[in-house]
Amino acid sequence: MTTAAIATAATPGRSRKYGSISRDRRWALRWSYFFLTVFAIFFLMPPVYMLITSLKTSAEISAATNPWWAYHPTLSNYIELLSSSQYLTFFRNSALVSVIVVAVTMLISVPAAFALSRMRFWGSAALATGVFLIYLIPETLLFIPLFKMFALVNEHTGIQLINRWWVLLFLYPTLTVPFCTWIMIGYFASIPKELDEAALMDGANYRQILTRVFIPVALPGLIAATIFAFTVSWAQFLYPLAFTTSADQLVLPVGIVTSLIKGDVFNWGQIMTGTLLGAAPRSSSTRSSWTTTSPG
Amino acid sequence: MADAALEALSIPGGSRRRSALRKAMQRKSTIAFLMTLPLILLVALLVLYPALYSIHLAMLNKSMERFVGFSNFLFLFKRETFWMVVRQSCIFAITAVIFKALIGFIVAHFVHNIPSRGQRKWRGMLLVPWVIPPAMSCLAWLWLFDPSYSAFNWILDKVGIAPVSWTGDAYWARFCVILVNVWIGAPFFMIMYLAALKSVPEQLYEAAAIDGANWWQRMWYVTLPMMRNIMAITALFSLIVTFANFDIVRILTAGGPIDRTHVFATWAFWIGIQGNDIPLGASVSLFMVPILTVAAVLILRDIHRRASEMS
Repeated sequence: MTTAAIATAATPGRSRKYGSISRDRRWALRWSYFFLTVFAIFFLMPPVYMLITSLKTSAEISAATNPWWAYHPTLSNYIELLSSSQYLTFFRNSALVSVIVVAVTMLISVPAAFALSRMRFWGSAALATGVFLIYLIPETLLFIPLFKMFALVNEHTGIQLINRWWVLLFLYPTLTVPFCTWIMIGYFASIPKELDEAALMDGANYRQILTRVFIPVALPGLIAATIFAFTVSWAQFLYPLAFTTSADQLVLPVGIVTSLIKGDVFNWGQIMTGTLLGAAPRSSSTRSSWTTTSPG
Repeated sequence: MADAALEALSIPGGSRRRSALRKAMQRKSTIAFLMTLPLILLVALLVLYPALYSIHLAMLNKSMERFVGFSNFLFLFKRETFWMVVRQSCIFAITAVIFKALIGFIVAHFVHNIPSRGQRKWRGMLLVPWVIPPAMSCLAWLWLFDPSYSAFNWILDKVGIAPVSWTGDAYWARFCVILVNVWIGAPFFMIMYLAALKSVPEQLYEAAAIDGANWWQRMWYVTLPMMRNIMAITALFSLIVTFANFDIVRILTAGGPIDRTHVFATWAFWIGIQGNDIPLGASVSLFMVPILTVAAVLILRDIHRRASEMS
């Protein structure tokens, strides 16, 4: 709104030789770039600040010099962190959890989406809507009853579920599967019926229709769903915070928050290094998904 | 049509000798049901059952031995902190969603304005807050708000303004959690609004321009009506996510100073997991249900309406 107001206000002051519409457009463009730069600075400031801090030594940080510049940039934080077995454990846990959750999510949601979009059965329409509603149930509503349920399981069967990283393999799919099923239903529903009819004429069974026709045709959607599942499992914070406590069971976000903060001593150089390295896989995967799935 | 053809095909395939069970397994609806079974089991065991179980839990006493009915809720109603959390959750969610929507709308317009060559680059840059895991970016913000080394205070100091106690003062802490939430969520709005903006047919603007519509009129009579649906869905969806948010408040302030920034999720965690009072924590988190239900019903109604409009 400001652009147009300013652009029109700016017009009378200038000579009218070039025609007002093109000048309006040019001014609108300049203001667009100006405000985009302002917003980009706001949006990029924390990650840039992460990078600056990660290049500083603790001594430089506590000397309280200009926080926006690293005078003696060093990679010592990176070296220290990448050679610390604790951080590598977090990283391994995160990677394992994310990869397995992605696989489980796809194994559950692709067949379910196929069945819900192509094979009608009793309650399938309700289930398709229900899947979306389930996605709207936040994890903040479920972690307390789940905590109690796991404690009860331990009481009755002796299987320890709390403070085990692999319990996250059961919890994360509740966050990823409903959404992935929902978008896969959308993708599968957009595949023309003539394709499965042609496959049927050639004598394909359901499994072959799914693997030979649906999955290849809906591949962009499948990739998007995979990346969604990965980013959700990489970033999840509440479940690991509530269900895992000992240092060797933690995943990256919780590990950084709880272990690098020792008492009140914050090793900010290392924390920022850890977060930057931890943010990298998710950021790069989401960015690549955006470029592969977006038409523009 | 395909289904019928498939059924017709599968009948000759099954010989008469096969048992009834085998036949049932071959039936289309059975196969379909089996394919959705893992989904149904997952949702039933780890989403629906815990959701119902939390209602049961909320009605037990602290040691979970006795059924106490609604006394946990009545106890909460008498606590001042509870009302503070209700108020803070609503302020947090509503303010954050409004600002996310506003910033997302404005930025989407600017991105839409510039030539399409450069759009992808800008879009990628502006998406950064959304792709960094929230727990990680919250740590960066926490460091920016640090009481003694705050980089913002350093700038303020250079300009000659007294330092601000970002997370120490109740009002500033509330401002901070909302600011960070807006920072994380605005790119999502931008992407949704940008897609909506691009779907508005150019002819409508041309027609409006020929009719002599000014910028405001084009915005009010063309852009906004065309985007209304997507705006409503995005805002409602974000309202759900923001209202149930945990990471931001937990990392930035952990609810402090003196419980002033607690929202339902963090307070429930504080009471239920850290304070070991699971029933009370469950009852706190159940208070999220009404507002979530309202938003979910509105979203669902909108989706149904759009589906019926399209068909």
